[in-house]
Amino acid sequence: MSAYNFAYLDEQTKRMIRRALLKALAVPGYQVPFASREMPMPYGWGTGGVQVSAAVLVPEDVLKVIDQGADDTTNAVSIRRFFQKVAGVAVSEATAQATVIQTRHRIPERALEEGQILVYQVPIPEPLRFLEPSEIETRKMHALEEYGLMHVKLYEDISRHGEIATSYAYPVKVEGRYVMDPSPIPKFDNPKLSMAAIQLFGAGREQRIYALPPWTEVVSLDFEDYPFEAARAPHACDLCGAGDSYLDEVITDDAGGRMFVCSDTDFCGERRAAGHVGRLGESA
Amino acid sequence: MYVAVKGGEKAIDQAHDWLAEARRGDPSVAELSVAQIREQLALAVNRVMAEGSLFDPDLAALAIKQARGDLIEAIFLIRAYRTTLPRFAASRPLDTGAMRCDRRISATYKDLPGGQVLGPTFDYTHRLLDFALEAEGLDRPAVPAEADPCAMPRVTGFLDAEGLIQPEPPCEAVPGDLTRAPLELPAERALRLQALARGDEGFVLSMAYSTQRGYAKNHPFVAELRIGALAVEVEIPELGFAVEIGELELSECETVNQFTGSKSAPAQFTRGYGLVFGQSERKAISMALVDRALRWRELGEDWKGAPAQDEEFVLSHCDNIQATGFLEHIKLPHYVDFQSELELVRKLRRAAGAEVRAGAQADAQAAAE
Amino acid sequence: MRDRTEGPLLRVEGLEKRYGARLGCGGVSFDLWPGEVMGIVGESGSGKTTLLNCLAGQLAPDGGRVLYDMGEGMVDTVTLDEPARRRLKRSDWAFVHQHAHEGLRMNVSAGGNVGERLMGMGARRYGAIRAQAVDWLGRVEIAADRVDDRPSAFSGGMRQRLQIARNLVTGPRLVFMDEPTGGLDVSVQARLLDLLRGLVREMGLSAIIVTHDLAVVRLLADRLMVMQGGRVVEAGLTDQVLDDPQHGYTQLLVSSVLQV
Repeated sequence: MSAYNFAYLDEQTKRMIRRALLKALAVPGYQVPFASREMPMPYGWGTGGVQVSAAVLVPEDVLKVIDQGADDTTNAVSIRRFFQKVAGVAVSEATAQATVIQTRHRIPERALEEGQILVYQVPIPEPLRFLEPSEIETRKMHALEEYGLMHVKLYEDISRHGEIATSYAYPVKVEGRYVMDPSPIPKFDNPKLSMAAIQLFGAGREQRIYALPPWTEVVSLDFEDYPFEAARAPHACDLCGAGDSYLDEVITDDAGGRMFVCSDTDFCGERRAAGHVGRLGESA
Repeated sequence: MYVAVKGGEKAIDQAHDWLAEARRGDPSVAELSVAQIREQLALAVNRVMAEGSLFDPDLAALAIKQARGDLIEAIFLIRAYRTTLPRFAASRPLDTGAMRCDRRISATYKDLPGGQVLGPTFDYTHRLLDFALEAEGLDRPAVPAEADPCAMPRVTGFLDAEGLIQPEPPCEAVPGDLTRAPLELPAERALRLQALARGDEGFVLSMAYSTQRGYAKNHPFVAELRIGALAVEVEIPELGFAVEIGELELSECETVNQFTGSKSAPAQFTRGYGLVFGQSERKAISMALVDRALRWRELGEDWKGAPAQDEEFVLSHCDNIQATGFLEHIKLPHYVDFQSELELVRKLRRAAGAEVRAGAQADAQAAAE
Repeated sequence: MRDRTEGPLLRVEGLEKRYGARLGCGGVSFDLWPGEVMGIVGESGSGKTTLLNCLAGQLAPDGGRVLYDMGEGMVDTVTLDEPARRRLKRSDWAFVHQHAHEGLRMNVSAGGNVGERLMGMGARRYGAIRAQAVDWLGRVEIAADRVDDRPSAFSGGMRQRLQIARNLVTGPRLVFMDEPTGGLDVSVQARLLDLLRGLVREMGLSAIIVTHDLAVVRLLADRLMVMQGGRVVEAGLTDQVLDDPQHGYTQLLVSSVLQV
């Protein structure tokens, strides 16, 4: 693929994206507009994440790509292959070995470390979008810190359902300033948003980049008397027996049979390799 | 023993092989050449060039072939290719008045200098299937060449000379580039026109149609529609003059719309403008109507709450590559989020069930007592 | 309540707004004192709504100043930066629209409507917000069991009362009202006026009320300004102006009402 620059994007575009990334890291949670390029994959399929990854990748990097927590989902495979082709970087499924992890909808179970970068694919970066459709108005609301409306939404949830009925893309407040959409990760992952690794968020179609530097204070919005709760299915993984991981529900037959397995395939595999066995698993 | 879903890589490879096979179709039928597409499906090629915003009939034809005739997919291929191309220079502004017109009509004057030229139009054909086209090897009818192409001054120029139409003050500012800078709202007219020129033909058509049906009606007349070829010139700094680097085919539509005026300012007509690559007059006319509707603020009109007046709405939704990508991404796996919703709904239903049961128990007790 | 400086709450100086060549309102100057209710009357087109919108920061005037006592002296709200003005609008000021749907979130429950200003100012205890909403619904005579209903299920009079509760819940010092009883049945109007009078007294509110209905100002306003063609033609104590009108236009207004 000598027709393309390292990691597909030309160096000038990468510089433009890196400037946006630096600004985003300097103002955590603030959505920085950037001139998103048209990528060879469709909008909504991770073009924002791919551009951010392309801008931060160096030849020595080890890349991991996950979708729904798994390395083997089709879109993760497609994006990983893209970078193998246009950047020739090493790839790995092991969370611990990766230096750059691009993800859609999950944060890996294993705690990330300093030196790692987690890149999120973001469909709708604006947490206020479904309360206020106008971009002109929402930018003003962020600028003036007018977030009352966000709590009106949570208030309405509780009055109608008895609890906050938002289970993913759960809004957070960053360093006491910007309200941010953590991308559609399940709210189970929200407590991990304060971490040692750098977190970069890219929204290609919406032309926005935002970021969380290591150990940024990230608070899930709630009420004092209805505190935020991270939720997961009340089961253990049927393959590795983990009782603290996020689970996928798999329907196994048409008679209501189902099993629960770790959504993070690397985490589950490592546990099984280490001898942990779940209800339906076999020891390795 | 359950084995977690594996095999994404293999599945993708096989899907791509299948796609290639389907693209070729029945091998006993001759393969379509790119040149055939370019020459005989020219209007599809034009649309791909316009919405792909890259004037290259050969690449557009290749994209159509690769996309199996799915034009939005072909536009996508062109866009993804275009984004990697370096920028060498910006051309000088085109003078569409100097266009070598194949087609030029005005709905506002019966006759005018240069005349009405119908050109290769579907208008006035009866839409009856022509089964003669099923036969191959038909002769190409010869059109007698125009003896002496005469000058075709632009219609709005006549109105301009009389001061009847709102003037468009020349602007020296370099227009923004949607593909190189994020769209910031409110956007100026140059950016709006850029977005509309790249916008989905169907979307722009529907927006324009909605203005005709009363959602921000602006009473357009097609002052002029012209389609033809135009030389592109680039200033070469080292040479100190401009050189012709090629030729574009363009469709341009200028509308004359309902007049404005007040006690202090006399009445004047206003304008809408559309310009599209290739022969694409439906798009050019639609674009002019939507452009005009979006100018309500500048022309002192009322906000009527119509979608075609809403710049943010139109610009955020007119791009079919953005739209189709985001729309189709919902077929990607979402089971992590769905699982989270599933747990929440189960929990809410458990809580509600407990309440209902408690209520029923209380009722039963009360009845027993 | 902390001590206020011994001055007016609002001071308006030479306020003017034009629409092209036409005058919206002009040459308007007055003081509004703490606890005082000012009525602005005039027929439609007299400029009273334009004036109210300029005062409340909904419209940018072309000239003049609107000084407001922010606690540390008078500040011109016309030149105030937007963040500060928006903060003022959702804390110290309130605006009651003629059409309740302009002042309410129609797809949010009554409780959420009343709670929004509280949450906007940092309230984060659901139980307390809800309790305060229920309390305020009671004060505007809406039954507590309607707290989870949306305003779209309310009658016109209830919507207007809900709008008032939503505005007053944060204890503003200055309330702008644009024809608060317009479009309501006569019997509903009387009940609303009664309620408003009680709240204004009880909370010691300052208010500016625009209306074309002299009965409204007679009941609520301490002082009155009469507008015609964008200018104030007469001003004074309400009883004085209504019982002994000096200006010809005021005389016309008063007589046309009294004859009804």
